[in-house]
Amino acid sequence: MNEFVFFINNVLIAGSVTGSIYAIGAVGVTLVFSIMRFAHFAHADMMTFGAFMVLLLVTLFPGAGDAIGVPTAIVMLPLAMALTALLAVGIDKAFYKPLRAHGVKPIVMVIGSLGVTLMLQGLIRLFAGTGGQSLYVDDRKEIFRLALPIEGVRVPVVITEPQLYLFVLTLVAVVGLHLFLSRSRLGKAMRAMSDNPDLAKASGINTNTIVAVTWVIAGGLAAIAGTLLSMDVTFKPDLSFFLLLPIFAAAIVGGVGHPYGAVAGGFVVGFAETLAVFNWSVLLRPIRDSLPDWLDLPSNLALVGTEYKIVVPFFILVAILVWRPTGIFKGKVI
Amino acid sequence: MNTNSNNPHRRDDTGATVSTFPARELTLLALLAMAVAGVYLAMGAAYSTRMLVEAACYAILALGLTIQWGYAGQFNAGVMGFVALGGFAAMSFSVPVNEAFWASSLPGELGLVLIYILGAGLIVFAASRLDRLGLPRTLRTVVTVLLALVLYMVVISQFREVTERIEDQVEFVGGLGLPTWTGWIVGGLLAGVIGYFIGHVCLGLRSDYLAIATLGIAEIIKAFLKNSDWLTRGTATVSPLPWPVPGPAEVGFTLSRALYLSITAVIIAVIFLLLHRAYNAPWGRMIRAIRDNEESSAAMGKDINRRRLEIFVLGCILMGIGGAVLGSFNGIFDPQGYLPLNHTFLVLVMVILGGPGNNLGTIFGAVAVYIIWIMSEPLALYVMELAAHVGQANFDWEMPTNLESRALQARVFVIGLLITVVLRFAPKGLLPEKVKHHD
Amino acid sequence: MNILNGVDMAIEADEIGVIVGPNGAGKSTMLKAVFGLLNVTQGDILLRGEPIQNLPTNRLVELGMGFVPQEHNIFPSMTVKENLEMGAYLKPDNIKRMLARVYEFFPPLHDKRHQSAGELSGGQRQMVAMGRALMAEPKLLLLDEPTAGLSPKYVQEIFDRVKEVNAAGVGILMVEQNAKQALAIADKGFVLAAGQNRFTDTGQALLADPDVAKSFLGG
Repeated sequence: MNEFVFFINNVLIAGSVTGSIYAIGAVGVTLVFSIMRFAHFAHADMMTFGAFMVLLLVTLFPGAGDAIGVPTAIVMLPLAMALTALLAVGIDKAFYKPLRAHGVKPIVMVIGSLGVTLMLQGLIRLFAGTGGQSLYVDDRKEIFRLALPIEGVRVPVVITEPQLYLFVLTLVAVVGLHLFLSRSRLGKAMRAMSDNPDLAKASGINTNTIVAVTWVIAGGLAAIAGTLLSMDVTFKPDLSFFLLLPIFAAAIVGGVGHPYGAVAGGFVVGFAETLAVFNWSVLLRPIRDSLPDWLDLPSNLALVGTEYKIVVPFFILVAILVWRPTGIFKGKVI
Repeated sequence: MNTNSNNPHRRDDTGATVSTFPARELTLLALLAMAVAGVYLAMGAAYSTRMLVEAACYAILALGLTIQWGYAGQFNAGVMGFVALGGFAAMSFSVPVNEAFWASSLPGELGLVLIYILGAGLIVFAASRLDRLGLPRTLRTVVTVLLALVLYMVVISQFREVTERIEDQVEFVGGLGLPTWTGWIVGGLLAGVIGYFIGHVCLGLRSDYLAIATLGIAEIIKAFLKNSDWLTRGTATVSPLPWPVPGPAEVGFTLSRALYLSITAVIIAVIFLLLHRAYNAPWGRMIRAIRDNEESSAAMGKDINRRRLEIFVLGCILMGIGGAVLGSFNGIFDPQGYLPLNHTFLVLVMVILGGPGNNLGTIFGAVAVYIIWIMSEPLALYVMELAAHVGQANFDWEMPTNLESRALQARVFVIGLLITVVLRFAPKGLLPEKVKHHD
Repeated sequence: MNILNGVDMAIEADEIGVIVGPNGAGKSTMLKAVFGLLNVTQGDILLRGEPIQNLPTNRLVELGMGFVPQEHNIFPSMTVKENLEMGAYLKPDNIKRMLARVYEFFPPLHDKRHQSAGELSGGQRQMVAMGRALMAEPKLLLLDEPTAGLSPKYVQEIFDRVKEVNAAGVGILMVEQNAKQALAIADKGFVLAAGQNRFTDTGQALLADPDVAKSFLGG
């Protein structure tokens, strides 16, 4: 039974955590894809930026969370979201808008976003250094150990405080986005523009406003994902690069342009990763004794080693692009 | 959009030499020469010659990318991977033989596992063709996938065991002790083969997807090289790597580097000439026809996909060669030293600045950007130290630690800025279709 | 390169104007120019006497013009109702009333209002497209080949609806390939050929004119 708990910890919980991060990131990417029709490589660095903003704020006001009993990082999150949203809109105005005005091909916008990525990375590393820093400056990260009331089980189910916040925020974000897109005038205008930009213009929708709103949402979501990941692990300026590929894989799997697909895609990729690096021989341990002699169980039955974790989203990405480029929800292959 | 639909024969396609006096080109060349001279004066001959050799290696990389991007519009965001493969081949072929490894039973075991891998691959491949024997398609897929999973697990655990034994007993498989240039050639071939497989799968994708895919491939290659201690010593690195010319210990830094530079220059010249010949040959004309007007080329029956794949592979080969030459020069194979910034985006800037598809321009761009890149490190450090001192004196700021590594990050910012600025002010001029002069 | 060079047309506020002519005559170009989607280099477009050429599209919508393009004229992933709501984007207060009106003109849309517009048949999609334009309460509706590619049953139905909409007080200017049926409901007809209008008269007169029939009306 310990093995089962091991499975819960290392697959169910870990997969949900990874999946939520990817989901939030992928939603931002897919929204940008659907409105601006290019792959925004700088998204992962926007996530780092959001976390960095939280780090700065937490360093400046370390005691703010104690007053409410909530980690300071969470208290600072809304402000960081606003700052990241502002950054996103600013980047668009300075770098992407002129390119759009020139009518360039999407790949040129991708290169532009690469330039932005490098600039963001350079700036963040310049000010934050390259090492890891904790977002818990004055408070402690709570770790909850749930002992299961089943006999023989010695290992508790472990879940941390930031992970709980992550789940809650993911849910709130997804529901909020759904309501925004399906009920609000602006949200519907966004969907309209994603469907048919010319007709949207002809209906009087102000495309500049929609673009700005898209960046605000993308920036805000990026800040949430980046911050919570940094809270759970640690803040490192290069956390972004390893998120880029899985997030894009998630967005493409879910069907580019479909926010709900991106959420689903995020969890698909997240669970695929955790399932692939999980050492399945642990689960088979209880039955090891009943196996015939000639069948020797290797001690490591993981599909890929943890160092090769990145292969999983890449493999999924290529597989989807080759076999079903429109993704699960039949997005746009623009 | 396209400017060429009316007069495809309007442009002057006579080849590399420009008939009118190239005032602008000469001016830029003169400026570059002055910059190089400046570096020599400031940093000394040994340092500057080393910089030139590295710039020359990057020029080879840039030529590879300019072919892919400039002639075929393929945005390869995974240059780093091919560079690493080149370095790996250089190391593997030129580093001395590990007697202990070959004396033991390990080569046999390794060989056996490799045969298993091959066999498993063939079985899975055969299973995927079962539908030819009448098996319904979904069943075939299920069988293939299951078979692949099981065989994979079996083979991979064997593989892990053998490699662990190698690492335990002899540390790593060692090299082949062959002359360095063999490693360089194999580096190119290895990169080409990997490029072939990637291109086969990914070239049909939309440009941004190709970029993502190649980005991922490069990371996977790097992860493989970094974690296969049995093959590359991983993070423990392999050094020194032998040079094809007398090394610094024998003739001093400057002379040995100058010798290396002459070899590299010869390589570049050969590549340049071959490209020039190819460009004017029927193959080159076909490539240009496809680039200029893809639809009518397809209508005329030219196999576009095949040509595109050829270009991609050719570019990868060049990147492999450049990576090998660079790796040998650096004298060390360190998988962690391969960074997307240093080995992909830097090359991208070189190509963008020099003009995609313009071979001479690309070489120029490579040298120019590399000088900027190298000199920005001492410059950034100087500026940061100045700022820190001023801050300390006037505002009582604490001197941040690791000022040096932070200064290096300024380079990241500068390269990013370069990319965005160049794109901002000449976005359409950088698209391959818009190149009006041919080299 | 100029596509139109020498066009002179006028319709009254509550008329149905129909532009017909051979392919490549510049009919769609004419309509797009009127709606500000193409540049007018010379000449005036007057709406109620005021020049409107080269104004931005949302301004034209505010001035009371609506445009239904020939292709890509709906939001395929949104429901019929949402498509219509987009039409009233600039006038959100009137939505309920306008929806009721549009459903009156196009009853099938009411039945399918929660269905994805992209799943509808060609004729129903055309209704959605026209409905969307009507939601903004235009005084003048521009239609670019509304019956293109539709089955004969739907062709007639669309023309019937156009008449109904016009009867409710909306001016119509439409470009059509189905010249005979279109001219039959036209108050004013314009025959455009090679960028110029050759004939101008009432729809009935044009239909009856043997010259026009011979040279331009073909099918």
